[in-house]
Order: sequence, then structure tokens, then C-alpha cells
Amino acid sequence: MGEILKIDNISVSYGSIRALTDISMSIDEGAVVSLIGANGAGKSTLLKAIVGQEPLKSGSITFAGETICQTKHHHGGLTTDLIARRGIALVPEGRHVFADMTVEENLDMGAFMVRDQALINKRKEEMYDFFPILGARKKQKTRSLSGGEQQMMAIARALMSAPRLLLLDEPGLGLAPLVVQDIFNKIKIINEENKVTVFLVEQNARLALRSSSYGYVLENGKIVLEDKGEALLLNEKVQKAYLGA
Amino acid sequence: MDTITLYMQYIVNGLTLGAIYSLIALGYTMVYGILKFINFAHGDILMVGAFIGLLVYNGLTGGEGAETGAWTLTAFFIAMIVSMGFCALLGMAIERIAYKPLRNANRLAPLLSAIGVSFILSNGAAWIFGTQSRRFPYPFENEPIHIGAITITPHQIVVVVVSVVMMILLTSFVSKTRMGKAMRAASLDQATSMLMGINVNRVISLTFAIGSALAAVGGILAAFDFRVYPSMGTMTGLKAFVAAVIGGIGNLQGAMIGGVLLGILEAVGAPLLHIPNGMRDTVAFAVLIIVLLVKPDGLLGKNEREKV
Repeated sequence: MGEILKIDNISVSYGSIRALTDISMSIDEGAVVSLIGANGAGKSTLLKAIVGQEPLKSGSITFAGETICQTKHHHGGLTTDLIARRGIALVPEGRHVFADMTVEENLDMGAFMVRDQALINKRKEEMYDFFPILGARKKQKTRSLSGGEQQMMAIARALMSAPRLLLLDEPGLGLAPLVVQDIFNKIKIINEENKVTVFLVEQNARLALRSSSYGYVLENGKIVLEDKGEALLLNEKVQKAYLGA
Repeated sequence: MDTITLYMQYIVNGLTLGAIYSLIALGYTMVYGILKFINFAHGDILMVGAFIGLLVYNGLTGGEGAETGAWTLTAFFIAMIVSMGFCALLGMAIERIAYKPLRNANRLAPLLSAIGVSFILSNGAAWIFGTQSRRFPYPFENEPIHIGAITITPHQIVVVVVSVVMMILLTSFVSKTRMGKAMRAASLDQATSMLMGINVNRVISLTFAIGSALAAVGGILAAFDFRVYPSMGTMTGLKAFVAAVIGGIGNLQGAMIGGVLLGILEAVGAPLLHIPNGMRDTVAFAVLIIVLLVKPDGLLGKNEREKV
């Protein structure tokens, strides 16, 4: 299958501090790719750059053959809402659900770009089937949900737009191991049955690499290693630094 | 008249005043919810709304002395709709020209810009229309209706009915429609709402349009009581702002409740505390101070510290 996302030599800075340096990556359509790295390595920054929330200092990002992000010099690229319209959905770190809105309204917002009400209703029913807890709580304010439920809510909301590429920022953060396992099982189903390409950032390297066909290791804003998921799991350096072996 | 009926009468009067405050407070609160900024030109938009309404109404009916009837009432609603449309466009234009370029600037910059816009609007109106105040003729017979010992004028009924209709329309817009929900989402979390494909610039424009249209209605309704003049928006706007803060700024229900509450407290508080008419306005600000001391986030405000 062809390449869907191409990150070409990008750098991102916060003032004088380099957050990402010369990152290049390629994600194939239909794959699950993970990015592992320590706290502060720049993982979230990379996802934010893809959706246009961080301006690029250099390089460009291409999605399905179209340049979506580039430097200011080259007209800057698309705004976040337009990138979303191209078919990229991000589940942000910390979930960022609309806490004062109900579960159902959150799903409606996820489907903001869909104009066909029948299709929206159909997708909502699919989400309630896929995440039964959301169906049970659809009229509740999202703030009353537990952390794990909010994470499912955020994933379901992202899926409502039927994205081609799903970006997940630390989906397991702060959740009990069983819940994390459940979420990763769902991600696998989303990828296999809905044919959604998944790019996930995760501190739990073992879990992330096990579910991925390909992985990248980020250290201090640079890609230091990349390989097939199972190969990285066996890599001595990865084992030492990220798998606690 | 015994004391109880007297105070019942004050409450009725306060309700009318409060309904107007509520309509105007909604504009402050909607803009604050999404931009975290106080649009100090909002009061002057209500003044523009009153002038436009008056011009259209007088143009259609011939103004003062026109025989009231079905046509004057129709003309009144036409004037209101034209004025709402005009102010919606004006609000959007002000946002685009005076606030949008400052969106990433220091927080004081748009505030100062708003004060500048406020002066431009009120001085512009004084230049165009002169500073003398004009009466907004009643488009209907304003014969008082006596219910028991309480007196209600038809204009009070119109004020309350129009205000309630506007508030119901707004509430169903934000809870039922796609753009209304997008407005709430953008005020809860702007960055995330963009991830949903929501064009936040368009949502902000829409917020200004709706807030300003409501201010136009508020201005026209206020014109019955206060007449129409270039600085009419200053005190009414300020008190509506107080109402928005009392209710919990950023919260729509808060603005509605805050407005009605402030109107009633003002109408009841002044005679109760023997405050002379010229100092009536002190009641509103005294209430503000008390609310801020006891519940700094307002009655319905979230007790949420600003995230750094």
C-alpha cells in the first residue's frame, strides 16, 4: 500500500529552544505506526505539527499527496480545521473532551464536517455499539465520565469524521492497565476493520510496539532509531531505555 | 396602595428593566465565553440599534403622531428586524477590523481597541444625529392595564415578551443546531474545536453577529423608557455588563438570570433603601461588589481558575 503521510525534514522551535530537529518519517496507508520516547522528547510536538498547531521552522508535511504543512516562507500550510477536513483526526493528550457537553453532543462535534444527518446518526449508533459505556451515558455531561471513559469518548469523537489517518497522543496516560489494554484492543479493531491508518505516540513502549507494524524512537527532538515493531522490541538499546529490561 | 402591592409593582417594573439588561448581557457573555475579552463597544451597539430602529420606524410611519394600529405595530417589528440585521453586520465588521488583528496581542490591546470603538460609535452618532435625545413613539396605545392594584403598561408586556422570545431562540440555537453547538465547543476549547474541522473565525463572527443583534433589540426596547441619544448605551451597557458578571460571565443562563435579578434589585432596592432617584445606579454597582466579594465567579460561574 502507498504512503499516506510523509514528514520531510521538519524542525520546530519554541523561541530559541529546538523542540524537533530534522525529523523525517513515512507512514503507509493502513499501517499502525508508533512513536516512542521519554517525557519531553518532543512526541506531542510532532503530532501537533502534523495538525498545524505548531508552525514549522523548516521542512514540510505531505498528506495523501498534498502539502499540508510548510514553513511561513512557503505560505505556512493549512490551518488546523482545514487539515481536519483533509481526513486527519487527532486524539489530543489529556483527551480534551468538551466537558460541559453531553457524550452525544461531543460525538456531534466530532461529526461537524459531516452534513448528512442520517450518516451522523448511523455513526453514533456504531460508536455506541463499539464503546457500550458511551451508549449508556450518552445524555450525561462528559465531565462526569471516568478517565478511561473520557479516553474512549475522545477516540469515538475522532472516529465520527471517518478519518483516513488517526493520530493518538498517549491514549494510555494515567489509566489502569486493564483499561489501557482495552483501548489498545479497540485501536487494533479500528485499524483492521475500519481500515484507518493509525499513528500513535506512547510512553508505554512495549504495548505500543506490540501493536505496531513500524516504530520510531524519538530522543531530544531527533529520530534516533526506526524499524519494524517486533524488531524494535528486540533491540538492545530500546530494551534498556524503554522496556526496563 | 399598601406596601405589598407597591413592591409588587416595583418587581413588575424591575422585570421589564431586567429583561432588557438580560438581552444586552448575553452579548457580553457570548463574546467573553469565546474570546475571554470584554467588548466595551457593546453598549454603543445598542445605541446604534436604537437609532436605526427609530429611523426605520419613523420612515415607515411618519413618526410622532402617526395613528397607532396594526400598521405601526408591523412597522415596529420591521424596524426591529432591520436594526438587528444592521447591528449584526456592524458587530461583525468591528470584530474583523478592530479585534481580530489583535487576537494574539497583549490582552490589554483589544480592550483598549474596544474602548476606542465605543468612542467612535458614540461620537459618530452625535455627529450624525446630534446630541439631543429623541422619543421613540409607542407603536400601540400604551393605555395602562390594571390587574388588581398593580398597573402594567402594554409596552412592558412587549418588552418582556420580545425578550423571552429572543432568549428562547438563542437557547435552542446553541443547544440544537450544528453551528450553535460549535459555538459552545469553541468557547469550551478553541484548539480542540479546530481539530473537529470547526472554522473558529467563522464562529467568532457569528458570535458577534448574534450578540449585536440582541443588543439592537435591547436598545430599541430600552428606547421606550430612556429615549434615544448618542450616549444612551454607556450606562445601560455598563449595567448589562454588571448583570453578566453577576450571573457568571461566559454563561448564557447566568446572563439571563443576572439581568432579571439586577433589574428587580434595582427597582426594589432603591425605594426600599430610600435611595434618591438620581443615585439609583448605585444599587447595581453595590450588588456587583457584594456578589464579587461573596462569589467571585458569579452566580452560575464555574469555580475554575484560569489555566496558565
